[in-house]
Amino acid sequence: MSTIKIQSPGLFTTVQDLGRPGFGPMGLSPSGAADSIAFRLGNRLVDNDDGAAALEMTLIGGTFSFPEGSIVALAGSDFGASLDDHPVAPWISLKINPSQTLRLGPTRSGARCYLCIQGGIKVNSFLGSASTHILSGLGGFEGRALRKGDVLSIGPATATFRERRISSQRLQHLSARKVLRVTSGPQSDWFPESSHEAFYKNTYRVTEDSNRMGLRLEGAAIPPHSRGQMITEGVSLGAIQVPDGGEPIILFVEQQTTGGYPKIANVISADLPSIGQLRPRDEIRFEQVDVKTARALFKEQEKILASEDLIEE
Amino acid sequence: MPRSADDVTWFQPASDQSLLAYFGREIGLDTHQRIIKLLRLLEREPIAGVRDLHPAYCSLLINFDMLKLDHDELEATLHSYLERLEEESLPEPRQVEIPVCYGGDFGPDLNDVCATLGITPAQAIELHSSVAYVVYFLGFVPGFAYLGELPKSLAIPRLPSPRRSVPPGSVAIAGNQTGVYPFATPGGWRLIGRTPLEMFASGENAASLLSIGDHVQFVPVSPEHFADLKNK
Repeated sequence: MSTIKIQSPGLFTTVQDLGRPGFGPMGLSPSGAADSIAFRLGNRLVDNDDGAAALEMTLIGGTFSFPEGSIVALAGSDFGASLDDHPVAPWISLKINPSQTLRLGPTRSGARCYLCIQGGIKVNSFLGSASTHILSGLGGFEGRALRKGDVLSIGPATATFRERRISSQRLQHLSARKVLRVTSGPQSDWFPESSHEAFYKNTYRVTEDSNRMGLRLEGAAIPPHSRGQMITEGVSLGAIQVPDGGEPIILFVEQQTTGGYPKIANVISADLPSIGQLRPRDEIRFEQVDVKTARALFKEQEKILASEDLIEE
Repeated sequence: MPRSADDVTWFQPASDQSLLAYFGREIGLDTHQRIIKLLRLLEREPIAGVRDLHPAYCSLLINFDMLKLDHDELEATLHSYLERLEEESLPEPRQVEIPVCYGGDFGPDLNDVCATLGITPAQAIELHSSVAYVVYFLGFVPGFAYLGELPKSLAIPRLPSPRRSVPPGSVAIAGNQTGVYPFATPGGWRLIGRTPLEMFASGENAASLLSIGDHVQFVPVSPEHFADLKNK
């Protein structure tokens, strides 16, 4: 069995796949890759299925070696990677020899970078998925972020090395956005016009108090609604809650499954991966679209992801 | 007047890939049972494209795959399920006993709760453990059951600011609800005791101790008994 050795984990590195939907009645959110587009593209570069487990690094990357050698790809933000001191770019496949060391540093662009490995990371499956759910300490590698000295198993190699890259032209259409498109939330009509105006006109800053559960934003407070207490209900991925203080919170992949704050809007599915690239202090805005447009944008995105010229050899 | 199964259900898109079905505007057992019935039907006869279900007090959030379904199609299909709710019968609720060691280090808020409510700790324990609670739903984190209804004389607002981390197994109250924290998570409910039981078993056969619709009885135990149970 091949392995990957974690010489240093970076700031916060976890095993992720595309999540485990279907356990809402137990109170479990799906978890999974924060930027699912980068994650899928990385896996394709190394001939994996889209959902093969990989490492998700956050803001600062780690240092890794592969005692048996491996074929890998970095996808997502540029974490200034190098292979034995030679710079390596994201979005290409790499062959790594047993003696080589892959080093990543602080991000030069967005919040997350994926290290996808041919054969995928092998961990004990938890409810059908390899994703780490940090808050509950479940899934992934021992239910936690990786530490120095951890050794993880890699599945058997499936193909010989081919130098492949993601088409830069296609990639342009898949890049992370800072203007997030949203549809109305279930309590949109609870809020007066002044709330909507504040929400859509102002720029919001991502705070340090943001993680895979949710992103707390700071900026112009959204004037409150006057509809009284809400009854706790299920919350969807990308829901934008407005708590009493008026500063919005975007619920993300490891979200609580139910909540009692009214939701003014919901980030569209096509823009959910962009949330995964938001860093603390990034400034974002919201733009309203209708559900029909949101569906069309999602289908368009999936079409690009299915296009034959996505990967260049 | 008999009412049809779906005349008190209405729908609201929650996002481009999810739909909320509302069953009422007030928390109550009738609404709760209708939600469980729909949940059971959907689990037994899944709708192609539905990915996840999130029941709550008065609603069911349905998450779906946009490439396979849209809101209108899903709503139309759900109407045919709602028409069958009346004929759906629920099994006898499972009865679950949860041993609790109240007060002391295990229930750091018990004394404050009693002072605020003007009752003794013994009365608070008696009140909390004398009622059979219903699991309205699981939410927040895996295995966290929203249990109701707490006796009115125990109703108390949540803490002004939540604890950053609550010990797993903590038994807590807030408003007219009670619950048990399965994991060390932040928490704003008031801690009155702790159970030695594991509320959510990890591993490949992961499962929550409690499920929606269960009936729960808290049973006071001594610190010694707590330690014995914990070691089992």
